[in-house]
Amino acid sequence: MKPVLTELDGDISLEKKGFEKICDIELLKRKAVDIRRDIIKMIYLAGSGHLGGSLSIADIVTALYFNILNHDPSDPLWVERDRFILSKGHAVPAQYAALAETGYFSKEKLWTLRKLGSDLQGHPAMHKLAGIEASTGSLGQGISIAVGLALSLKMRKSNSMVFTIVGDGECQSGEVWEAAMAAAHYNVNNLIVIVDRNGLQIDGETEKIMSVEPLSEKWKAFGWDVTHMNGNNMEDIVKTTSNVLQNREKPSVIIAKTIKGKGISFMENNVSFHGKPPTASEYERAIKELGDIL
Amino acid sequence: MKGVVESPRKAYGEALIALGGSDPDMVVMDADLSTSTKTAMFAKKFNDRFFNAGIAEQNMMAMAAGLSIDTRTVFVSTFAIFAAGRAYDQIRQSIAYSSLNVKIVATHGGITVGGDGASHEMIEDIGLMYGLPNMKIFIPVDSNETYNGIISIAKIKGPFYVRLSRMETETITERETEFKINEIPVLREGSDAVIVGTGQVLKRALDVAESLKKQNIDVAVYNMHTIKPVNREEIERIARKYGVIVTIEEHNINTGVGAIISSVTSDVYPVHVVKLGIHDIFGESGEADELMDKYGLSVKDIEEGVKYAMKIRG
Ligand SMILES: Cc1ncc(C[n+]2csc(CCOP(=O)(O)OP(=O)(O)O)c2C)c(N)n1
Ligand SMILES: [Mg+2]
Repeated sequence: MKPVLTELDGDISLEKKGFEKICDIELLKRKAVDIRRDIIKMIYLAGSGHLGGSLSIADIVTALYFNILNHDPSDPLWVERDRFILSKGHAVPAQYAALAETGYFSKEKLWTLRKLGSDLQGHPAMHKLAGIEASTGSLGQGISIAVGLALSLKMRKSNSMVFTIVGDGECQSGEVWEAAMAAAHYNVNNLIVIVDRNGLQIDGETEKIMSVEPLSEKWKAFGWDVTHMNGNNMEDIVKTTSNVLQNREKPSVIIAKTIKGKGISFMENNVSFHGKPPTASEYERAIKELGDIL
Repeated sequence: MKGVVESPRKAYGEALIALGGSDPDMVVMDADLSTSTKTAMFAKKFNDRFFNAGIAEQNMMAMAAGLSIDTRTVFVSTFAIFAAGRAYDQIRQSIAYSSLNVKIVATHGGITVGGDGASHEMIEDIGLMYGLPNMKIFIPVDSNETYNGIISIAKIKGPFYVRLSRMETETITERETEFKINEIPVLREGSDAVIVGTGQVLKRALDVAESLKKQNIDVAVYNMHTIKPVNREEIERIARKYGVIVTIEEHNINTGVGAIISSVTSDVYPVHVVKLGIHDIFGESGEADELMDKYGLSVKDIEEGVKYAMKIRG
């Protein structure tokens, strides 16, 4: 039975529930392969969508949904859940795949991505789909929403964490730094930002388009704890995130080195796969490459 | 050529190259969408006069203001949602207020953006820009008019907002067609009713006008490519001639061309204005045609709009 909530004053104790986490790294890696397969199939069937940026965060999103987040797919609004906001909303196929693979909805629904009438919009829409915590897609805004949400959770002494993934190109947006300043000012130490440092945006390499370096020093100067990890290495993701969770004096940022298009040889570091679907033969090759990993 | 499916964005890129060749001081900016907006075509040719702001539209817009203060013509592009939306205040304070020579060419206007969904579908930019003193607005009907219009507005000092669609549509005009800003050219003559609209959705209006002929309804179609300054005299003439006006646009009808026309007619010659467009609702992901059909711009919507207009006029 669900406890009836009258007030969200933070003192209500709820029975511990949630998703049974997977701790076996090998198993998590296999889950990441499933997520990648879903991403590629979804975008192939949709005929549009963002492959590169979805694949670069596939390992992080897998680790979040299967290992890190406290959540309950059978009760998406469980008050004590951790929140995840995808600030780089164009990579939402990765999140939809994780939601389906953890049981929020059937996998069949994944194949409706971007189709008229589907809840699976091209960019996350919280009013359409349970499991989506904020509507994003206009870069720079998701992190601000995450700061506000973290602030609210902290005010009511919730133990819930807020995680958000921002793109490295997204870090060019002034709003990211306005959010960074506010998070430090209000010390929302229940917020963990992961920067997907894949080195690419649409028009090319971030450092050639509009340099974001030195990134780590910038976050430090804004009052954040900064950590680095290999965002395509499952062991590193799980270990680093759990360390950060245990030491939270300030808002934390993890700069995750990743490869755009990770997992499919011909998509890796290939800027042309930012926002274009695979052709039929590229689709076959990609699925075959993923099959060979197992 | 008429009747070929072409990309207005590509025509914009071609116009930029032509302008860049004749004006060595002209500069172009973009915000990480140069391959989509086609400013990349200019960047390839005139690399030292192209500036990518990265994903920082607000900074880009006010930087464009700075570049134009030093007497340059500045073209600045991104998607309409990030130009008129994200950077609205920079457009207002840094560009429109002092009437600077910045030409904002926003692509992916309207709901026909398609798969990206409502977060990327700009349906309120005409209203936002119409409300800005000093701002002028140009929305071409096809790729040829895009080319001719861009060349022509480059010669007019002051801020402009140009809205292009993502869609490629069939050309209605020719490259050789004489283009005059402020005019409301007739695309199709007709004696029973009139549709006045803006942008590439006019292709649908023309198709419907053609099919209504079979029902003995003779519909005229006018292309209001210049929204601002608004041509009050021509709107009055059309209102007097037809006694009722049907408007069409890929925009929220609350603040778009229909609302603008009805505000003019209420001043000069009150007639009913039947507004076809998006009825104050956010769009969603889907194919361009499906979205037009679902959001108030179907062939049926247009046919019924015309018949309803004729009925209320009596
Ligand atoms: C404010 C804003 N401007 C432009 C865009 C269009 N856009 C979508 S993805 C993208 C590039 C994102 O690059 P990055 O943040 O590095 O993401 P990733 O490499 O992970 O895809 C751009 C410019 C947008 N969604 N929001
Ligand atoms: Mg990137």
